[in-house]
Amino acid sequence: MAYPYRHERETRVLTEAFGDPAARSIEGWKKYGGYEALRKALGMAPNDVIEVVKASGLRGRGGAGFPTGVKWSFMPKDDSRQPHYLLINADESEPGAFKDRELLRWTPHQVIEGALIGAHAIRAKHVYIYMRGEFFEPAQIVGRAIEEAYEAGFAGADIMGSGISIDVTLHLGAGAYICGEETGLMNSLEGRRGQPRVKPPFPAVMGAFSRPTTINNVETVATVPHILRRGAEWYRSMGTEKSPGTKLFNVSGHVVRRGNFELPLGFPLKDLIYDVCGGIRDGRELKAVIPGGSSVPILAASECDINLDYESVAAAGSMLGTASVIVMDDRTDIVKAVRRMVEFYSHESCGQCTPCREGTEWTAKIMRRIEAGEGTMEDLDTLLEIGRNMTGTTICVLSDSCAAPVASSIAKFRDEYMARIRREVPAGALTV
Amino acid sequence: MANEQTETVTCRINGIEVTVPRGTRIIEAAEQAGIGIAHYCYHPGLSAPAMCRMCLVEIEGVPKLQPACVTTVAEGNNILTESERARESRKGTLEFYLINHPLDCPICDKSGECRLQDFVHAEGPKHGRLRDAKVVFGQDDFGGNILYDGDRCIMCTRCVRFMREIAKDDLLGVVQRGHRSVIDTFFEQGLDDSPFHTNIVDICPVGALLDKDFLHKARVWDLDHTPSICPNCSQGCNIRIDTRDNLVQRLRPRANPDVNSYWMCDYGRHSYEWMNGTDRIEAPLVRDGDRLVAQNWQPAMLALLERLKERSGTVRVVGSPMLSNEDNGLLARLAQLLGAASQVYRSARAADEVVLPGFPKLARRRELAANGRGLEALGFQRVGDDQAKGGLTSADVLIVLGDELADMPADFGSDASLFVYLGHRLHPAARNAHFVLPVSTFAEQEGTFTNFEGRVQRFWPALQAPPLARPAWQVLGVLLAGLDDGPAPADAANAFLRVGSFFEPFAGLTYEMIGTRGALMNEPVAIGAGGGD
Repeated sequence: MAYPYRHERETRVLTEAFGDPAARSIEGWKKYGGYEALRKALGMAPNDVIEVVKASGLRGRGGAGFPTGVKWSFMPKDDSRQPHYLLINADESEPGAFKDRELLRWTPHQVIEGALIGAHAIRAKHVYIYMRGEFFEPAQIVGRAIEEAYEAGFAGADIMGSGISIDVTLHLGAGAYICGEETGLMNSLEGRRGQPRVKPPFPAVMGAFSRPTTINNVETVATVPHILRRGAEWYRSMGTEKSPGTKLFNVSGHVVRRGNFELPLGFPLKDLIYDVCGGIRDGRELKAVIPGGSSVPILAASECDINLDYESVAAAGSMLGTASVIVMDDRTDIVKAVRRMVEFYSHESCGQCTPCREGTEWTAKIMRRIEAGEGTMEDLDTLLEIGRNMTGTTICVLSDSCAAPVASSIAKFRDEYMARIRREVPAGALTV
Repeated sequence: MANEQTETVTCRINGIEVTVPRGTRIIEAAEQAGIGIAHYCYHPGLSAPAMCRMCLVEIEGVPKLQPACVTTVAEGNNILTESERARESRKGTLEFYLINHPLDCPICDKSGECRLQDFVHAEGPKHGRLRDAKVVFGQDDFGGNILYDGDRCIMCTRCVRFMREIAKDDLLGVVQRGHRSVIDTFFEQGLDDSPFHTNIVDICPVGALLDKDFLHKARVWDLDHTPSICPNCSQGCNIRIDTRDNLVQRLRPRANPDVNSYWMCDYGRHSYEWMNGTDRIEAPLVRDGDRLVAQNWQPAMLALLERLKERSGTVRVVGSPMLSNEDNGLLARLAQLLGAASQVYRSARAADEVVLPGFPKLARRRELAANGRGLEALGFQRVGDDQAKGGLTSADVLIVLGDELADMPADFGSDASLFVYLGHRLHPAARNAHFVLPVSTFAEQEGTFTNFEGRVQRFWPALQAPPLARPAWQVLGVLLAGLDDGPAPADAANAFLRVGSFFEPFAGLTYEMIGTRGALMNEPVAIGAGGGD
């Protein structure tokens, strides 16, 4: 199957050029209407750009789903606190997430164009694209695209003769999940330890280099050129009222077709799994789904009759997050899967807040012991209580993210934990 | 803007109404209301990273608990530090601190003044529930005066922030992340060359940072604590002298925002052994031919008074910058009465000041003695070189207070018709005295020092003097009374008032006015040859 697999139910906006290597060059990208939106935006007042994005209802694609136009409007409306910065969060590290990587690989100019529009909207003179250190190929591609944009006069001084100057810098991270947290990213960008900062002050007041800063996800800014070109009404014609537009669903796990699928928000989860992705692999049964990347609560198969928009997933007790859908079939060892996730958070905790530093590793130790057949009934209570003490008590939400899958899996798959504790399941080697 | 600074907000903390300037943090407002909020990473002298998560408090109407160390008080806040949520949160967090802690309190120097001990005893869980192996880091020598125990460390990073923000010498950092985080120096570069680094031991809330000088020396609950002034330079850092068995065990800084903030230098901190010296003059000694004979105070003083009244020729007086304003002030008064030809003192001086960059008011001053400025104000002149050597001349009548004369030739003063030595130790030159009178050191008496900027600060007795030693002001006060110069002062406060009655810079000052934070002298005299620096 040639990449990308296209399904007829997809609505291809951001992913239109996926699979076309020519779209990586500036000339190729222009054939898709590239940089027309930038030209249009530069002719508009910054506040008017913000109003268009506000009207579109675009919500941040990094996981929290905060309205992008509203976020931009938090920035100072004058130049009294210049320089402003726009940071593009390309540190995609959430287990299960691989949507930004594909956007960067296939459509680097889409991201750059969106970033430049965003920078104009918030009066930023400098865009930093903070990219995950392991993204070797995307870094090459985006780096080349930035050079092309400069050569074409689409970035740097006096863009398209508009008198507006915006620089674009690609910055590579050094391999820490926590640098994808917005304030951790800022610290890392400044050359400090990648540790989240206490808020307030919020980034729009004091962000990178102590200046007003906005930070947007790759997919968020990649959407912006399309909204500028085709209008907010067009964008609102897709998706639901509160979650308009399309979204990349990056599906992994035990489905026939894994990959990125661009679908309107509100798309049924079951349709995604059984239709778009071709159903469960090897004719197995669905056991559980993590709908938004490893940080969100797990959904049992019985809870999967939901639509994929921010509100519906939240109503089901989980979160849409990055729409990184992890599908698990009936052979999946939930204890092992959760243990593996907890190990990830323990490894990636920055270590500044005590509940997270100590709690993630403690949780991992107990999970390892349960998996090895050495667990007790008290361990389950301890896990839940540790999780409560790790939730809402720290600067960022990494420790909450560690606690969520533990609590939700104990609630929904308690029998699997019990089988381990009663040694009804042979203790497996603690493999990765 | 000025309006904004003077504006106040009123809130309630545990039902107590407090009014504080806008921008005050909850933890500080609570302190004003007499409410302590448990914390580790917050320190009033450092930035607050809000990472220990101990100070989370409930603010009515705010869904999440908020860190009191960074959250500012807003008008009308109803803050609850003892609500069930706040208490449960602290209890849960304390368990996280406990699970990997070695609980080796019986061999830990911090035991007894450890904040982990305090808070766990107050409201922590009875047992940590960890059933698995603890994380073990072991110990590390950080160079300088510091041993690091990674297992006890709670990662509050106060030490890292002290080195970065106050010492401005980024020699410590957190390496690794998550539960593998540990404090470390950079490769082999230790703390050796950093002159203020031992402060990190004081601010470490647990026993992770140990002063090699105090290592396994005393249990802290056996120590007596006496507020005092560091005598080792003219900065006048406020300190606490910790003693056991009548020996100084360690010096620690005492907060004074006008002088030393929360800090002191390592030189001052570790220069205390001389206070513990045992080779002290034990009794008044009176010359009998070529021998010095021990006598009781009364006959010795009566004999001395007679000799003073019969004196003839030039009088020279030597004071001591390691002794108090009271001691030297009454000596200066005696010099006035006797019409002394010179009134001098000697003090050691370092080549340079050593400034604490993050609090530049504080420096290890050049003058390596506490009271040079006080002596200048009392009319003494500095003589001798920067090693406190030379510069003294004999006279017909020679009165020496405190100066050990260790560098002087063995026959110094032997030509005097009356040589009175008030001091602590008997070096050869002092043996030429006709009267040797044992006096107490600053650490053994109450008194005041005047620091380089003219701030008069009080200290209190931390050690017991040898049984027959007396404060010099008392000895000199009796002599003055014998010379019909008013009654002998009954205590140090009176001696200070007497000094103020004779010497304008101290006029009108009282111990009450000086209090624990010090008070400036009247019209501080210009820094002369010896007073300042």
